[in-house]
Amino acid sequence: MSSGRKNAAPTTGAAVSVGRLDKVFDTKGGTVHALQGIDVEVAAGEFVSLIGPSGCGKSTLLRIIADLEQPTGGTVTVFGKDARRARLDQDYGIAFQQSGLLGWRTIAANIELPLELHGVGARDRHARSAELLDLVGLTEFADRFPDQLSGGMQQRVAIARSLAERPNLLLMDEPFGALDEMTRERMQTELVRICAETGAAVVFVTHSIPEAAFLSDRVVVMSPRPGRIQRVVDVDVDLGPAHERTDALREDRRFFGAVTAIREALHAGSASAGTPDGAQRITGPTGPDDRHDRLTEPA
Amino acid sequence: MSERAAATRVAARSADPSVTLVPPPRPAGRRGRARMALMGVLGVLATAVLWELYKVVVPDDGVLMAGVRVLPRTSDIAMPHTWEMVARLFEPVTRAAGADPLWLAILSAAGFSLGIAAIGWVIGVVVGLALALLMQRFSLAESGVLPWVVLSQTVPLIALAPLVRNWGSKLQVGPISWENWMSVAVIASYLAFFPVAVGALRGLQSPDAIHTDLLRSYAASWRQTMVRLRLPASVPYLLPALRLAAANAVIGTVVAEVSIGLKGGIGRMILEFAQSAGGDPPKSWGPIFGAVLLGLLAAGSVALLGVGLRRYRRGEELA
Ligand SMILES: Nc1ncnc2c1ncn2[C@@H]1O[C@H](COP(=O)(O)OP(=O)(O)O)[C@@H](O)[C@H]1O
Ligand SMILES: [Mg+2]
Repeated sequence: MSSGRKNAAPTTGAAVSVGRLDKVFDTKGGTVHALQGIDVEVAAGEFVSLIGPSGCGKSTLLRIIADLEQPTGGTVTVFGKDARRARLDQDYGIAFQQSGLLGWRTIAANIELPLELHGVGARDRHARSAELLDLVGLTEFADRFPDQLSGGMQQRVAIARSLAERPNLLLMDEPFGALDEMTRERMQTELVRICAETGAAVVFVTHSIPEAAFLSDRVVVMSPRPGRIQRVVDVDVDLGPAHERTDALREDRRFFGAVTAIREALHAGSASAGTPDGAQRITGPTGPDDRHDRLTEPA
Repeated sequence: MSERAAATRVAARSADPSVTLVPPPRPAGRRGRARMALMGVLGVLATAVLWELYKVVVPDDGVLMAGVRVLPRTSDIAMPHTWEMVARLFEPVTRAAGADPLWLAILSAAGFSLGIAAIGWVIGVVVGLALALLMQRFSLAESGVLPWVVLSQTVPLIALAPLVRNWGSKLQVGPISWENWMSVAVIASYLAFFPVAVGALRGLQSPDAIHTDLLRSYAASWRQTMVRLRLPASVPYLLPALRLAAANAVIGTVVAEVSIGLKGGIGRMILEFAQSAGGDPPKSWGPIFGAVLLGLLAAGSVALLGVGLRRYRRGEELA
């Protein structure tokens, strides 16, 4: 009984809590310091984007949260559990830039794959996949195969699959990165709706500034070599909660304001990467210790 | 209603630019198959025509250059007419009364060999798959076993046959004692397991990182990953390997029948008829056709298997 309460209690707290995270890759060509001193907290139901230039460690951070990669230092908890426990408990759903659908399974069977692996009965599986297909608007494609769908449709199937276990956390690594701009905006609007319906927290990796602005409550801006957090932009202060947004916002002046704020944070990051002086001027949300690190480190 | 109209209707209903209905891949049509059969028949006819043409053009004693025969003899003993070879099939095997027609004798010999080759193939496939699974599971096994698997195929069959026979003759399990046909099956399986082990290993390792990551995120066990991901993904690699294994099993059977001295099969028949070719040249070609038929049957059975596994070969370019 008491253990049940212990498990349930943290779900009301942070969805993801990352503290002093370090990741060093040992490769044949030497060591790569992918992440250094990362502190992030994602509240339940919150939408947080990770943005930054290629190679700044966004994917690595996401993969560590997903327990697909092991940190070399620091702590990661997901709903109060360690990352491995959370993965085994299926606390998160995940989607990548490629849909990763299995070509020999129908669309419905692809969505049902995680359920099948976890021993959910056939009737419940079909009911759930029908529900999810409806959610992503692909009901009439249930019995098709992935190669019969366009890239945007495949990506929607991948998102439906990530929702199969009703996770309270979604991890997404540039899920719309391979889509054309039109499709991309549609999918963003759809994701906002899905998040509102499911109430899941999201950690969302992206390259696109407007995408980060439109979707996020908060945007974590990262800088490379070693990957660290440059600044955190609170988008929701001006734009309101992420899950209440509509397409109309895209033409709103406040939206352009958020885009500008993220862009400036990004560019400040790339300036600091070039000159040691730049780093001194940045005042991010990180503590004074962190800034000290940055100043003493050779650029 | 036409398919296009249906597609437009679906697209209109979802009113989404990303909804573009890609037509399903055309299944290998009946017309395509008929064409392939026609090409096969034409190929056989063309070979027969070439054969006869060669007989007409090149003199009976072949062509000699500086005392070396560079083109083979075309006499009716060396190269009987195609129609004589076919006609011979319908005459009795020997002049003895009540002898079977040649084609029947060849068919029964081919059937005998096919049975042994099939047993060898099955053993080879099981061993090959087991080795591939072992190598996939433990990378240490891959670096330790794979070189031996490759090396095993460099042992000449002729050296292997007497060894297998000797080892086998020392085996006796209760009332069952080792027989020569078992040695032949073992040698056939020895040739068959190799392509399966190598092809299956490549297939089992073929899934992309994104797929293995996904299954790991689902906390799938090694067995679940094997059954849901690796085995299905290996099918496009496995089928050509199985076909090669079938061809190897047939060759292994025919050659091993000769070197072990097993009677009743097509290999032995080729040897016997060739030794008595002097008086009856077209007869010795019969079992050779039988061996070709054997290979076709073996390859055809694997092709049937491929039809059954169609679902796992979507997007594969059919050769
Ligand atoms: N498995 C790996 N082995 C070695 N280096 C890696 C590995 N994964 C990522 N890296 C390195 O870590 C850094 C961060 O990579 P990544 O997280 O993919 O960046 P991003 O997603 O922001 O583009 C890069 O320099 C990359 O080369
Ligand atoms: Mg990345």
